Amino acid sequence: MSANRISPNGPPKVGVYICHCGINIAGKVNIAETVEFAGKLPFVTVAREYKFMCSDPGQDLIQQDIRDGKVNRVVVASCSPLMHEGTFRRAMSKADGNPFLFQMANIREHVSWVTSAKEPATVKAKALIAAAVRRVTLHQPLERKSVPVKPDVLIVGGGISGIQAALTLADSGKKVFLVEREPTIGGHMAKFDKTFPTLDCAACILTPKMSSVRAHPNITLWTYSEVIGVEGYVGNFKVKVKRKPRYVIEELCVGCLECIEACIYKKGRVDDEFNVGLSKRKPIYIPFPQATPLVAIIDKESCLEFKHNRCKKFCVDSCERKAIDLNQKEEIKEIDVGAIILATGFKTFDAKRISRYGYRKYPNVYSSLEIERMVNASGPTGGEVKLKDGNAPKAVGIVHCVGSRDNKTNRYCSRVCCMYSLKLAHLIKERTGAEVYNFYIDMRTPGKGYEEFYERLLEENVHFIRGRVAEVTDWAMTPQEEGRLIIRAEDTLVGTVRRIPVDMVVLSVGLEAQPDADDVRRLFNISCSAEGWFLERHPKLAPVSTFTEGVFLAGACQGPKDIPDCVAQAGAAAAEAMALIDRGHVELEPNTAFIVEELCSGCKTCIAMCPYSAISFVTEKKTAAINGALCKGCGTCVAACPSGALQQNLFTDEQIFDEIKGVLTYV
Amino acid sequence: MSDDRSNQTFEPRIVAFFCNWCTYTAADLAGTARMQYAPNVRVLRIMCSGRLDPQFVLAAFREGADGVLIGGCHPGDCHYQEGNYKALRRTILLKRLLGDLGIEEGRFRLEWIAASEGDKVQRTINEITETVRQLGPLRLEPKAESRFGTAVLEEAETASLVEEERL
Repeated sequence: MSANRISPNGPPKVGVYICHCGINIAGKVNIAETVEFAGKLPFVTVAREYKFMCSDPGQDLIQQDIRDGKVNRVVVASCSPLMHEGTFRRAMSKADGNPFLFQMANIREHVSWVTSAKEPATVKAKALIAAAVRRVTLHQPLERKSVPVKPDVLIVGGGISGIQAALTLADSGKKVFLVEREPTIGGHMAKFDKTFPTLDCAACILTPKMSSVRAHPNITLWTYSEVIGVEGYVGNFKVKVKRKPRYVIEELCVGCLECIEACIYKKGRVDDEFNVGLSKRKPIYIPFPQATPLVAIIDKESCLEFKHNRCKKFCVDSCERKAIDLNQKEEIKEIDVGAIILATGFKTFDAKRISRYGYRKYPNVYSSLEIERMVNASGPTGGEVKLKDGNAPKAVGIVHCVGSRDNKTNRYCSRVCCMYSLKLAHLIKERTGAEVYNFYIDMRTPGKGYEEFYERLLEENVHFIRGRVAEVTDWAMTPQEEGRLIIRAEDTLVGTVRRIPVDMVVLSVGLEAQPDADDVRRLFNISCSAEGWFLERHPKLAPVSTFTEGVFLAGACQGPKDIPDCVAQAGAAAAEAMALIDRGHVELEPNTAFIVEELCSGCKTCIAMCPYSAISFVTEKKTAAINGALCKGCGTCVAACPSGALQQNLFTDEQIFDEIKGVLTYV
Repeated sequence: MSDDRSNQTFEPRIVAFFCNWCTYTAADLAGTARMQYAPNVRVLRIMCSGRLDPQFVLAAFREGADGVLIGGCHPGDCHYQEGNYKALRRTILLKRLLGDLGIEEGRFRLEWIAASEGDKVQRTINEITETVRQLGPLRLEPKAESRFGTAVLEEAETASLVEEERL
């Protein structure tokens, strides 16, 4: 017997507890046979089964056996350790057992749910249980290290989700750093005119929140800034933020617009990003009247002075407050935060990708985001819906599911398009009196007041045609179609192909992950789904947590969402961050590496292996030493150590070798 | 093949080492989504594929595994920055060693599987099971088997030492 099998509480007495999980496990794994098998494994003193091990009576079984001295190590064969490891470790602690003399065998996610036949499922379950039993006999009692949590929070993204999370946290007294990469906060919501289904004005409900962010003593707002580095761990993140130069001193600028007036360009020359290219702006500009902060910015790419160094710089002279600083440099800020909330939002689908809908080919085919700007009173047309020739359209077609529910682009439903299409249909009809045709696959209106809004539109005599649009064309087949855009679609309710001539087409584009979502997730060490949405820890029960402790999600960066859902999720993320910070400390997993000095030959192999520089060389002793506070427990150094002097708690060589033996020896 | 277990009925036993953050999570996802796959792969969890000591692979073959599968995060996605790259470097060398021992290439596989790729877990497990089934049971020469404990392991250690020195 290995010396390590004798621990302070005597030789191993392993209790094996096999969970039925209702029929989730018991429906596939022969429980009686498995219990009998487990009972015969070495060091096993107790083998039991129970319908739901995670329930209180299930946990009581374990605790009673520990208290009775029948077992001092525990194997629970049930679901994934990622699910209930914490539950059972806590149960052991309550019975004064060391929570690390514990191992789980995953016989649900890895066995009963993925295996078709009963017999092989039972064999596999037995093998995993045997592996866990062998390994747990070598476990050592361990202590968790408690470290204090930094009290501040970083929020990345200043759309409605980031704004809501920031205000919630700031109101509770937490210091918040809100980082936004655009020159203003507000995100997509700031671009909308009205919001469904209540038709309240987006600006009226958003801008008070934006100014609260600006004015809040607990919020540090960094716009035109990006997070460029994240180090550390839950409760103790070190974050680097790059503040890009806007060439206007934020503290001095009052947003008077004099400089913009004075610019040598008398008219806008550059596509205005805020109006999605429907208007032009000058090189010095303020994105929109309610921009927050209301501070001008110079676009280096189009500014004459930056391009040719020969501008008369009227802007500089026009500013009485001397706020324009053409020599401004980027600044790197370093902050310490305890929690991070990602609220980086989405981008709209690029309608050019579906060429048969004629976007950018026919001038009067618009994306829904362009129409949002067009119907907005502060937008490029002052709220008028008009064609390129300046006339109002007499008929408008709205094409749903552009870049959603489509095997060629995105398979998922973007959730918001049906509702915003209804809203746009209403607004277009209200502004122009045009006939409006909605082409839909299914109307999806789940939400408070949503179905009622759909019914209202039906009563407003908006037309609904059920069928995916085949194409938008200008190829007229009748004199009435001449000079117009024709939408061709199968009307699946009537069972015929229809050609509807219209003057304007609105493509209801879906939502996609941000193009740089992959870089962002790497920066924050989280995962993405296949579509690029940030992956939540659990789709139902941990929807705002990630697999990286201390990093939370809010809003559409996690998946398509409408404004009410974004706001709700932002509140949830803020609450999670608050819970972490108010707890004041975090307990770290003890699965860190340690060194057996007498075995260390001082070869220094491990030092270069460590990504966290946690290993140093002690010259006097000629051995390596590990800084436990820096070690994150990956075990890379352990695998590299040629003399076996490095070991990892909970993953020692001995434990893993025994686990391998266990998984192969008995069945 | 003169083995008493004919290829028709031969059910290979394959040991997998999956990293906690990507591939183990993906296997959980495959479970939650009830994706059915071959029952032949038995998964052990390590925190990072970088923890994979080549000796674990040799030990698995020694203890009777017919195949070994390693799963880690995609390049650039490692939870610990670069453990998967280290795993990759180690396995390149290990593969050569396995070849020298007469262990066919198809018996050992390293695959990058992200937390969202439950379907890739299903596919990979089905593929390696089929490949190993075709190869038949692993039969190490008794001599080679006895060498495992001493000479070969030392060889592996030296090899990994040389590799680390190079980094």
